[in-house]
Amino acid sequence: MIEEVGTSTDGDLIINIGPQHPSTHGVLHLVVTLNGETVKKVEPHLGYIHRSIEKMCESLSYRQFIYVTSRMDYLSSHINNLGCAHAVEKGLQVEIPERAQVIRVLMSELTRLASHQLWWGAMAMDIGAITPFFHAFREREMINDIMEETCGARLTMNYMVPGGVMYDLHPDFQKKVKEFVQFFRSKFDEYDELLTGNVIFQARTKNVGIISKEDAISYGCTGPVARAAGVSCDVRKLFPYDVYGKLQFDEVLMEAGDSFARYQVRMGEMRQSLSIIDQLIDNIPEGEFQAKTKAVLKLPKGEYYSIVETARGELGVYIISEGGMTPYRIKFRSPGFSNLSALDHMARGSKIGDLVAIMGTLDLVIPDIDR
Amino acid sequence: MTSSELKEQLLQLHPSLSFEEGAEWLHTNVEAVDWIGLAGTLRNNPILSFDFLFCVTCVDWKAHLSMVYHLRSTKHGHTLVVKSKLNRENPEIESVSGVWRTAEFHEREAYDLFGVKFLNHPDLRRLFLTDDWVGWPLRKDYEDPVNMIKL
Repeated sequence: MIEEVGTSTDGDLIINIGPQHPSTHGVLHLVVTLNGETVKKVEPHLGYIHRSIEKMCESLSYRQFIYVTSRMDYLSSHINNLGCAHAVEKGLQVEIPERAQVIRVLMSELTRLASHQLWWGAMAMDIGAITPFFHAFREREMINDIMEETCGARLTMNYMVPGGVMYDLHPDFQKKVKEFVQFFRSKFDEYDELLTGNVIFQARTKNVGIISKEDAISYGCTGPVARAAGVSCDVRKLFPYDVYGKLQFDEVLMEAGDSFARYQVRMGEMRQSLSIIDQLIDNIPEGEFQAKTKAVLKLPKGEYYSIVETARGELGVYIISEGGMTPYRIKFRSPGFSNLSALDHMARGSKIGDLVAIMGTLDLVIPDIDR
Repeated sequence: MTSSELKEQLLQLHPSLSFEEGAEWLHTNVEAVDWIGLAGTLRNNPILSFDFLFCVTCVDWKAHLSMVYHLRSTKHGHTLVVKSKLNRENPEIESVSGVWRTAEFHEREAYDLFGVKFLNHPDLRRLFLTDDWVGWPLRKDYEDPVNMIKL
């Protein structure tokens, strides 16, 4: 889109940000119209990592297609897999063993923590603070090690399968998770000292990139982006799945709808995730980790839609089955896609430097948007 | 509102709607020309108040295309699925980006991958693929010997 760059007829400057740019966190391309330093319009250009996962899934079996979804939002791969497993289970009408449900929730929350930690570090770096990135990665590394032991992978987990989870937990799992929780709790004050209370950070994020509650709903925002504007949309609360319904945790809601509110929501969510892990880690029931399912899965003709809460918001998996071994059509409603569509609305009128801060608080993962 | 209550309400407002049973949520079919009118009602009627359009997609049924809209009310918590059959040769339906802002992006995606033309869309261009791409990849009859790997 080089030909778009330059000066428009009314004197506005049109520039490209990305697709190769550190602050776009992947191959996102924004064409930004500027008046001086003020943003007049932000137009995302997508598709640099579009693999047409939906088309691919149409030729994969109900066991195989789940592995591709780890490559959508790679920071929430457990939760992507879980959403797909749920959709298939809806069709199979299979009862999931209690142990598998608890493992799924534990893994989901660890994933959420790891994702939020990465966001926290990257967000600080977008604004110009390098140190938090190293702190965040120190903690995230511990989660990755725990994942590696049990799932055999650090990023693309492929651990949730229709009927439960693929393997049982590693014998050291409980011990390691407890060590991690204790360690991470002791570091939370450091996080606040480094970033949350920092005057410069607050000046860069407060009253920046504001979105109202009505607009957040209209743009289809979910996850921390919507909750920062006061929209109650936590799928774990609204449509509890697995054992979430039995757990004690709060949905973190803010009213301001600015970058700082989105920051606070994610910080609050990390504490809630720790509390969920606390409630479950000593109460993992004994029993099977996977329900018995047939080797070749066939879903009855019909439509199945499952919703899960990833670290970025509401992921919907929509399967249309014609009764065969492969889905007739699959649609992934990814949270980042809708959140990104609100970027133009949030950024208009702010300075170009703030655009980076706003993008940071949207926590975009581009493969999740492009699919 | 439960599905049956929702159905009664909708029938009072739009007697011509037909419904599908058996799915998790209430499914209703609407003619493409009636969709924009129904959308406004769904969004603005205080009893229905479907303010959150959470999924927009298209399905190629070979004989025809079908647009599928998933709606939820953040106020009342109920969900509705609206479907509209489209002609495969010339699929046209009114854009609802004026009713729900999120539709603008979702409709661009449906245009890009299925070739559905959304009338009065503010900016109907390809979203993921390049502007000079030929064909609609998510249609069932799409063939691409270079980029497509058959499994």
